[in-house]
Amino acid sequence: MSDSSTIVQGATAAVHHEHPPYQRHHFETIGQQNDATNFAMWLFLLTEIMFFGGLFMAYLILRNWYYPAFVAASHQLNIGWGSANTAVLISSSFTMAMGVWCAETRRKSGLVLALVATFLLGLVFLGIKSIEYTEKIEKHHVPGFHYSVKSFVDPASDPDVAEYHDKPLAPDMAQKTELYFFLYFAMTGMHALHMIIGIAILGFLIVRASAGAYTTGHVTFVENFGLYWHFVDIVWIFLFPLLYLISRHQ
Amino acid sequence: MNYLSKENGLLSWLLTGDHKRIAILYLISISFFFFIGGALAGLIRLELLTPQSDLMATDTYNKVFSMHGIIMIFFFLVPSVPATLGNFFIPMMLGAKDLALPKINLLSWYLYIAAGILALYAMITGGVDTGWTFTTPLSTHYVNTNVITTGIAIFIAGFSSIFTGLNFIVTIHKMRAPGMTWFRMPLFVWAHYATSILMVLGTPVLAIALVLVVLERTVGIGVFDPAKGGDPLLFQHLFWFYSHPAVYIMILPGMGVINEVISTFSRKRVFGYTAVAFSSVAIAVFGFFVWAHHMFIMGISNYSVLVFSLLTMLVAVPSAIKIFNWAFTLYKGSITFETPMIYSFGFMGLFTIGGLTGVFLGTSGTDIHLTETYFIVAHFHFVMVGGMLMAFLAGLHFWWPKMTGRMYPEKISQFAAVVTFIGFNFTFFPQFILGMLGMPRRYASYPQEFQVLNVFSTAGATILGVGYLLPVLYLTWSLKYGEIAGSNPWQATGLEWQTQSPPLTENFVEIPIMDHEVYDYEWLERQKEKEVASVR
Repeated sequence: MSDSSTIVQGATAAVHHEHPPYQRHHFETIGQQNDATNFAMWLFLLTEIMFFGGLFMAYLILRNWYYPAFVAASHQLNIGWGSANTAVLISSSFTMAMGVWCAETRRKSGLVLALVATFLLGLVFLGIKSIEYTEKIEKHHVPGFHYSVKSFVDPASDPDVAEYHDKPLAPDMAQKTELYFFLYFAMTGMHALHMIIGIAILGFLIVRASAGAYTTGHVTFVENFGLYWHFVDIVWIFLFPLLYLISRHQ
Repeated sequence: MNYLSKENGLLSWLLTGDHKRIAILYLISISFFFFIGGALAGLIRLELLTPQSDLMATDTYNKVFSMHGIIMIFFFLVPSVPATLGNFFIPMMLGAKDLALPKINLLSWYLYIAAGILALYAMITGGVDTGWTFTTPLSTHYVNTNVITTGIAIFIAGFSSIFTGLNFIVTIHKMRAPGMTWFRMPLFVWAHYATSILMVLGTPVLAIALVLVVLERTVGIGVFDPAKGGDPLLFQHLFWFYSHPAVYIMILPGMGVINEVISTFSRKRVFGYTAVAFSSVAIAVFGFFVWAHHMFIMGISNYSVLVFSLLTMLVAVPSAIKIFNWAFTLYKGSITFETPMIYSFGFMGLFTIGGLTGVFLGTSGTDIHLTETYFIVAHFHFVMVGGMLMAFLAGLHFWWPKMTGRMYPEKISQFAAVVTFIGFNFTFFPQFILGMLGMPRRYASYPQEFQVLNVFSTAGATILGVGYLLPVLYLTWSLKYGEIAGSNPWQATGLEWQTQSPPLTENFVEIPIMDHEVYDYEWLERQKEKEVASVR
């Protein structure tokens, strides 16, 4: 029995292309490697959609059940900060896209600049988010920690909701605002966690890019990180209207 | 020189990128968890030997069956065939050197190990007693056990599973050898493609459901808390949206194994290749739309019951297509009864019973009588143990010569396969009757009149235990003393058999070119003739 080699007809082994140094040994061509890693990233983002999908599902159901509570509770969110953060994130997506372009066109200093800008904008986002969280803590709107329904049973006592002329909620319905804030913290918290992971990876990218790692043709890592960053932005683009904007004036 | 002997030392294993070595790491780890889960099953059967709860306190019993379920499902059945045999053979069957993402593959094993250690830690420091289903509000507000730690462990194990699935999808799309078109691939690969879709789309939903449970336990309020206006049924929807597809994650790879074994040992192309390939995908697609049949008695609307009942009937169709096609593959084949084939016959019979009883449970009227009884337990174990575990052992024996280069001892392993089959039927068939008679699941005690059948079941479990210990002994023995296998001991047609055993790290000396469908036995004959001619 021949134990030495394949009895399947071998591929034309003589054809040896020039391999770039960053091509992993198990890929036949660099194109195959890029295709595979890009495809993997898209699949990973698909799992992320399913992950956030569970939260959106919970939001949808509870919002339908406790509509007045969700409207009243959304009046507690600061549209100014929310809009500012939306602008910050969209800008960061722009700088990230610039970064990918710089990597592709082999502009090293441009890439580093774009990544640093993205990094800083990410930090600004988290800073603003922490200001918002602090407001919630001060007003006892953190579910499970001395939660208070005062703003909802007695809206006149709360200067933040004066412009909405909210009618007091029945105590039973007012209690449901705690569920809104649970979802608010769960959804924005999970989003912030993705931002923190993204910022950490950006730090790594900046160090490597300064050493010239991504401007010699090997751009897939930057590209794939860009996809992740845009995805995290898009999650916010859904969170912002759902939590801050819709039905606010009713 | 082969993948085992290329490098030595512990680090060469722990830092390996080789899919074959990672598969071996997984094989050792899942076997470890299988025997822990098996020991817990032994405790359950021992307790149920008598009607009173006497071996252990009732809350200990709750913890034992919960941990049995959690370990067997998340740490054995889900990774069993995909992470071991799939990991090892998908790249080889496609004619590739490795999976597309070797580092992610290794990461997936480390996540699995981290999750496993955390789960064992949770078990040792008090356990968890919610059942593997973590039903809210029981899990979020009423029990006092390690729900958080176990939840985090399963969350991590989920990501290990996601990474395996993601890697397989990318590999099957992007790493096929020249000429390896979709309809030339082994059906084992098709089954894993369908499995991977389920892993990638389903597991994140379980992850978020567990995150919400952990949060709710931590802060004392959450979306599943009925006292605060939350919806406990929402948890069940999210949980079963993963956990129903998960039973297909646990059975489809096994079906993949059966294709290869039955074709090889009846020397025939798999009958209706295209239908079998698409039936895997159909199971994956339908599998996502049947989850609420776990909730017929939970207070969902009658219309939901009707729709989910109908969809459940539909998912039985592709499963039946597979069984019929295997039967037709055997028809007029040159059948031989090597060990993998005996296990495969066991699979076909037991899976058919398990599948058909699933139709009883999908019918809402009978489900209301049978659910939460031992009928469910028997149904589930017929599919998972009678189906998947049989298939896993079939595959392990089938590919053992390729993985290790040595044959297992044929006679004793045929004996073990038969012991397993007999032990299995003794253990689980009485449970169908117990369920019909109304014995509820998840209790440590039961009325006197159920004792005879329970004694049968426990006695059967003892035989089954022997059936599982035997392979450990003789497979370990064969590593050193087994006959040298040669590259293709079964005269099988897959690409994995056309290279040396154990394979090279790169799998093939030259990347193969595929010019025929994989189950082409005439091609194999022609190759042999060519070889003979070239020797002359």
